[in-house]
Amino acid sequence: MNQAAGTRLASWLNRLVDFAPVLIALLLALVVSSVLLVALNVDPLAAFGFMLEGAVGTENATAETLVKATPILFVGIGITIAFRGGMINIGGEGQMIAGALAGTTVALVLGDLRVPAEMAKTPGAFDLIIVTSALIGGFLAGALYGGLAGFLKAYFGVNEILSTIMLNQIAVQMMNFLLNGILLDPAVAGFNNIPKTARLVTAAQLPRLALPLGDPWIFARTRLHWGLIVAIALAIVIYIFLWRTSLGYRIRAVGENERASSYAGIHVKRQMMLSMFLAGGFAGLAGVVQVLGLQYRLQTDGSPAGFTAAAGFNGIVAALFGGLNPIGAIPASAFFGGLLVGAQKMQREIGVPASLITAVNGLIVVFVVSSEIFILQRSKRRVSLQETNTTLNPPDKSGGSDTPLNPPDKSRGRRDSRAQEAG
Amino acid sequence: MKKALLLTLIVALFAGVMPTIAQDVFRVAAVAPSATNDLAFSQSMYDALMAIQMQMGEDNFQFDFQDGTFIVDDAAVALREWAASGDYDLVIAHGSQFGSVVEELAAEFPEVSFAWGTDHNTFGLDNVSAYTAAADEGGFVNGVMAGLMTESDVIGVVGPIEVGDAKLYVDGFVAGVGASNPEATVNVVYIQSFSDVPLATEAAETHIANGADILTGTAQMVVGPIAITIENGARWFGTQASQADLAQGAGVGFQVYKWEVVLSDIIANIQAGNLGGQSYELTLANGGLVMEFDG
Amino acid sequence: MGLDDIFTASVFASAIRLATPYIFAALGETFAQRSGVLNLGVDGIMLMGAFGGFYAVHLAQTAGVLAEPLGLLIGVLVALIVGGLMGLAMAFVSVTLKAKQGISGIGVYLFGLGLSELLFQQWVGTPKSVAGFPRISFPILTDIPILGEIFFHHNLLVYVAFALVPLSAFVLNRTTFGLMIRAVGQNPEAADAMGVSVTRVRYATTTIGGMLAGLAGASLSIALINLFQQNLTAGQGFIAVALVYFGGWRPLTVAAGAMLFSFVNALQLQIKVIGADIPSEFAVMAPYVITIIALVFATKRQEQPTALTKPYERGE
Repeated sequence: MNQAAGTRLASWLNRLVDFAPVLIALLLALVVSSVLLVALNVDPLAAFGFMLEGAVGTENATAETLVKATPILFVGIGITIAFRGGMINIGGEGQMIAGALAGTTVALVLGDLRVPAEMAKTPGAFDLIIVTSALIGGFLAGALYGGLAGFLKAYFGVNEILSTIMLNQIAVQMMNFLLNGILLDPAVAGFNNIPKTARLVTAAQLPRLALPLGDPWIFARTRLHWGLIVAIALAIVIYIFLWRTSLGYRIRAVGENERASSYAGIHVKRQMMLSMFLAGGFAGLAGVVQVLGLQYRLQTDGSPAGFTAAAGFNGIVAALFGGLNPIGAIPASAFFGGLLVGAQKMQREIGVPASLITAVNGLIVVFVVSSEIFILQRSKRRVSLQETNTTLNPPDKSGGSDTPLNPPDKSRGRRDSRAQEAG
Repeated sequence: MKKALLLTLIVALFAGVMPTIAQDVFRVAAVAPSATNDLAFSQSMYDALMAIQMQMGEDNFQFDFQDGTFIVDDAAVALREWAASGDYDLVIAHGSQFGSVVEELAAEFPEVSFAWGTDHNTFGLDNVSAYTAAADEGGFVNGVMAGLMTESDVIGVVGPIEVGDAKLYVDGFVAGVGASNPEATVNVVYIQSFSDVPLATEAAETHIANGADILTGTAQMVVGPIAITIENGARWFGTQASQADLAQGAGVGFQVYKWEVVLSDIIANIQAGNLGGQSYELTLANGGLVMEFDG
Repeated sequence: MGLDDIFTASVFASAIRLATPYIFAALGETFAQRSGVLNLGVDGIMLMGAFGGFYAVHLAQTAGVLAEPLGLLIGVLVALIVGGLMGLAMAFVSVTLKAKQGISGIGVYLFGLGLSELLFQQWVGTPKSVAGFPRISFPILTDIPILGEIFFHHNLLVYVAFALVPLSAFVLNRTTFGLMIRAVGQNPEAADAMGVSVTRVRYATTTIGGMLAGLAGASLSIALINLFQQNLTAGQGFIAVALVYFGGWRPLTVAAGAMLFSFVNALQLQIKVIGADIPSEFAVMAPYVITIIALVFATKRQEQPTALTKPYERGE
């Protein structure tokens, strides 16, 4: 084997080993859920088969997986920024609601202005101005709501975990109040309905998305909408922001070491507010996109998850699974979207409650965060190898050169190596 | 001889054909937001489908049921899959939060019949049936009885959010108490949640502390208030489904939804080739609302 | 309506009941956090404890094999064990495997939320009530006007919760174990140098935290509500974590925070019962708003344990 090929092979192996912990975590989750299924007298293979079928088995299933993934991705991008900035944002749910309330209001008002009432029922082309304004409105509302928690932390020392948990509850009640009051659909005002807004006019809706392949186009008869494209584009933007701009660098610096950043002249409080502002903004986008792209009206059953579908929490899971990297959050969101949609299919077909998947999701989170320690060891080892022996050492030896069970020797090194790896 | 043979042949032919006609099973699929055994809204629909299956026989009527879809999008996925499959004669969305989904799907699949509730709105579509319950009627009956039974002249109500048949029931109940016992006070608390059991429980405690000797409430979180009713020796009036077992003798009157009354009409219509376009209502008069009494 | 219609004895009694699960869970979390472990999965552990305790009592009572107090005691025991095991798992994940604590806690929460619902659906199904801890009537004391209603007519677990408040403060501030906990949370390197095992202390506190969270769940399912339903806690575990920050990691102020939060909640229920014309939505959000405001204006704030959420890496 010549040296170049050996190097390439080694680097492939290296990369494979990097992914191993995630794969092992998934495998463990698979084993545990199989055990649970067997305990429930269900054939695990049949259960997983239905899950797979429900997630990607048909064109519509695949579309629904992506539809489910869209808000999770938005929230996940925001969570990535927050966690990179050292802020534990549990407020995705409330920020989604804030964004949806503001964005829907903008869409309703502008929709009425630009489309006369008598034309509202007839289909009209989507209006870039209305939709963009609504998206911006949703972003800003979510951002202010998240930024409020950042402000309280920066200037009053109010822990963001505490404030975001409380703000979630407050947002739900605000939604119940507004939807049962000034935002209530005038058409149903007398009918004792679930509180909801009027339906958005077509011009205020995000268009459905279809791929121009085949006839009819792929996804033409599904609920897939342009929100997905917006989310993916923004994931790339935020990746560039975090690792290629000085502002992004400052956010990450504060997250990695608050005190050192402060000594280095970084305005720590401002970065805290900024990372929460952006995190909230993305959650707000998740909320408004659910309305503009999917439901076309905002409604509440009094619970937060009734509207958010718990994307505020699942976004945390996806952000983590994506390695706190916005690009990584894309496949991670798709994965969890598929898991959630597939679980519903499993419940439909063999009556296993979808709560099983909630539990398994939890396990995956625990396994993945637990396995991070092994990834960190490897990447650190690689970094130190590069530092010491840049030219001479054949890379394929590195895999077995020291025992993988060695504990990492200090906590300071691990974050640095993470950042390098991600950048 | 030849005639006999022909006859046998015809009989055999029909015998061969008849079962396939009879086996033209009526297939229904339904989503509901809470569990099928929630002793409330979702259970009422599940029980109704079971009742129809008993009535029509398993060979003629089958249903798929997905419960726990309080997330509207989860319901939307199931509804779309069922509609697109073409396997179902009727697709039911049990919950007024599913209206937008039904409106969109029914327009997209005009050959599929949909039913949803509780609402009057068929969206002007010929393949949508809407159903409601005149929950105020049974609420009124419960209220009249509660007004007569109360000794403290204080009655407590634990409601979820002030909408839908929850509001109808509570308003009917308050009117009923007013009709039979104008002296009595009815204290109403909406806890702003269908599912927050601890808060509903403490709301019931607060009612008791303020002198209530009779409680009522609606939504799946009433299981907490029922437990408090038992503990304090008070009496309970319920709605949507019978909670007599859980109330262990503390229950008095239950307004039980018999959706099968509405569903039989809808099914008959569909079998006659009429996919929808009508709105239905459960009332005491049409037997869709039944009062059950315990103790 | 006057103020005496609003501030009734029953409102205070109600606040005490409401505070009970928060106090159990928040005290447990205080131990964990003082040693440097943030367990955000409290709500999931509460749910599992609530289900475990309920199911044990349910089985004992339907089978009729155990006398009532014994069945309840076993319920408590099961809740403690289930909670303790989950706490232990959390400790393994965050101490030994050094996983990110805020996030692993979300995992533990989702796990408990899903599994408790799954087991309830499979093993129990429809809501059934059990005969839980009865209210205690004390001779003389219960009959004292006002005070009797407020303080002397609760079930056993309520008193256990409040008794744990000074006990926890004592353990944390006056015992060697408490000193070890604080040292490990404040300066693990120094503690380690003095021969205190950071790992062992953190395992202990996180397990204790899990046990108390399990008990918090059981206080709902076999003492205050006496049944189980999906997501019975409705997010109380998250509030409990928030209350630990609110109370500045000191048991007495943590409990005071729980009382404040619960009191506002009891008050909003009372105000609605007597028919005040304020939108229900604002009444329900009041406890959350007031908690935030109280925190903003709290003049003296305790520093959080320096090593909170930071896994300990031995050696330099």
